[in-house]
Amino acid sequence: MTMSGRNIGLFALMALLLMSVGFIQSWDVSLTLLNLCIISAIMALGVNIQWGYAGLFNVGTMGFAALGGLAAMLVSVPPVTAAWEAGGAGVVGGIVAAVVTVIAGMYAWRKTADMGRSRYWVTGLVVLVGYVVLRSLIDPAVSAIEKVDATKAGYLGGFGLPIIFSWLVGGVFAAGAAWVVGRISLGLRSDYLAIATLGISEIIIYMLKFEDWLTRGVKNVAGLPRPVPYEVDLNESAGFQSWATGMGLEVETASSILVKLCYAGLFSIVLLVVLYLSEVALRSPWGRMMRAIRDNETAAAAMGKNVTSRHLQVFILGSAVIGVAGAMLTTLDGQFTPTTYQPLRFTFLIWVMVIVGGSGNNWGAVLGGFVIWFFWIEAEPIGHWLMSTLTSGMEEGHWLRLHLIESAAHMRLLTMGLVLLLVLRFAPRGLIPEVKR
Amino acid sequence: MTDFLNALVILANFILVPGLAYGSQLALGALGVTLVYGVLRFSNFAHGETMAFGTMLVILVTWMLQGAGASFGPLPTALLALPIGIAGAVVLCLVTDRLVYRYYRRQRASSVIYLIVSVGVMFVYNGLIRFVIGPRDQNFTDGQRFIMKAREFKNMTGLNEGLAIKTTQAVTLGTAVVTVGIVFWFLNKTRTGKSMRAFSDNEDLALLSGINPDRVVMIAWIMTAALATIAGTLYGLDKSFKPFVYLQLLLPIFAAAIVGGVGNPLGAIAGGFVIAFSELFVTFAYKRVVTYMVPESMAPEGLVQILSTDYKFAVSFMILVIVLLVKPTGIFSGKSL
Repeated sequence: MTMSGRNIGLFALMALLLMSVGFIQSWDVSLTLLNLCIISAIMALGVNIQWGYAGLFNVGTMGFAALGGLAAMLVSVPPVTAAWEAGGAGVVGGIVAAVVTVIAGMYAWRKTADMGRSRYWVTGLVVLVGYVVLRSLIDPAVSAIEKVDATKAGYLGGFGLPIIFSWLVGGVFAAGAAWVVGRISLGLRSDYLAIATLGISEIIIYMLKFEDWLTRGVKNVAGLPRPVPYEVDLNESAGFQSWATGMGLEVETASSILVKLCYAGLFSIVLLVVLYLSEVALRSPWGRMMRAIRDNETAAAAMGKNVTSRHLQVFILGSAVIGVAGAMLTTLDGQFTPTTYQPLRFTFLIWVMVIVGGSGNNWGAVLGGFVIWFFWIEAEPIGHWLMSTLTSGMEEGHWLRLHLIESAAHMRLLTMGLVLLLVLRFAPRGLIPEVKR
Repeated sequence: MTDFLNALVILANFILVPGLAYGSQLALGALGVTLVYGVLRFSNFAHGETMAFGTMLVILVTWMLQGAGASFGPLPTALLALPIGIAGAVVLCLVTDRLVYRYYRRQRASSVIYLIVSVGVMFVYNGLIRFVIGPRDQNFTDGQRFIMKAREFKNMTGLNEGLAIKTTQAVTLGTAVVTVGIVFWFLNKTRTGKSMRAFSDNEDLALLSGINPDRVVMIAWIMTAALATIAGTLYGLDKSFKPFVYLQLLLPIFAAAIVGGVGNPLGAIAGGFVIAFSELFVTFAYKRVVTYMVPESMAPEGLVQILSTDYKFAVSFMILVIVLLVKPTGIFSGKSL
């Protein structure tokens, strides 16, 4: 993994920016930024696998990240036994019915190929019957579950395992969703994948918001267990107190910084593993094949490469990486809040990271993740300051001035959109361009 | 017999009338998407925001008119403001095309690049809209609220169930019929319309026949902006104007365009109604209808609802999936690949 001096310089500049925040604002803020930068970088790597390697346009990053978040919640939260007793059997039965319905529907579709128009009706009827069975099993179970201790639980809970497992499970969840979407829409026109991913991500968010038995919906699940120590425990431990005072730090500041450093360490390991694997994959014959397919599908197909199934493979891999990052984000937040998933933050911003960083280059994606996240957060104070300064010539209570200052927050949308358009137009290769091999 | 009529009235009140209005709105939106696809050959992700932008201008002008004391009798004042909104949206689309899309057209960029660019444009528009009018709900409907109230209908017919028709629903349907009529007349009867269809059918052949591509593209944008503004305003009148809703409308609109066959104007209209009615059919609670239709002892306890209304956007996605699996070219066989 050689890097040119210019690239090292760019990363050093980024580190300097983060450190200057540490000196000017506080190290706490700087480390919070760093942690989110790392997560953004992993998401950007996932999108880069899809877009940079294979030219697939995924507009549903948000949905895959949310599935990762769901995994973090389901893995770590202890099961609600009363809810399982009330409706566990019904829910399991409903899920079995759903699987059977899908299989039966596919079977009916295959077996009725020579029936003409009645094919649609037969398949439709099979699915409808299955759906009625599913609903009759799941509906009473769901209302029973939601009645169990509704203020605190009202859902099935999870598995009570260490939350760190969820990073893997999140990847698997996202990969599963990607498989379904990819099977349906890959191999058709390229827009269809974009539209299908846009749709599935919206639906995933709706499910997380409204299926209270699974996620508590908008009531959120707070207090997820952590993979790192709690500040409170550190503050109370005598050993830590003496260590912190020995270092010349206040105990509370030291504990908060230490916890964030622990997260940063864990996240860095994941980032390095993903980055290493992506680089190896990119250099392998597999990576060469992906680039060949991206650059000329017809020629690659003529060479005997199965374009659609390669696309499916790479789409699943990229989505899994996004799912892992989504699970990490929820772990860091310590709570699962379906309403925080916004397309702007989880889909569009990630795209800007990849394009600005340099599509097709993993280091570029990582740098893009850091840079864009940094400015995304720091843009708010800057924008507010800029608006106040620009309008300082106006009267104090002038409506235009108030409106402009109030709307400064929306400037971020505009700015990021412009950044994307300008980079695409004038520097389509990004900060760290793809290496021609 | 009365029971049967009562059941029919419920269906008409909750499915037929709203479905016709919502379907017209989707159809107009899908028509715009299909036009851009036919001529510029990409799925325009910024279409929802174009709708929102046009509607925003209409709202601002409506407020000005209302402030000046103007009104359109029983009809909403917004209809008077519509031409100005359309003009603004046309300017926006043409400026965007000149600054953004034209470069990629000259480069003959692949359609996936257009997609990303249109997503970028979408967010710029989105920021612009929030900057001007803010992210909150805006209400701009005025004029008479109902053409027929549920109570009047009950008194008139003596039935238990009422049928209400909102003015905005009638206005939507009327405007949509007129607009679609003009679009089809233009595409089929005028020389420019024919050249557009020729360009959409086979670009190279059209160029060889001396059709000016810049002119075709310009007219496509003008029509798209007009359609988007009309669709957006009608939707805003019927429901209410929330900037983020237009982003969510993108999915049903794309689904409508694909169901009908992308690039096929007739298909876009059919697709709009297919999506609208399926959404309502699937999320409607049939409890009262069934209660009228079956003997008393068999009356259902639950809502008899196939899918909760929370998932209305999932319906368009499911239809999209079925179409992609069964007939990717759409009902009217648009362009695939």
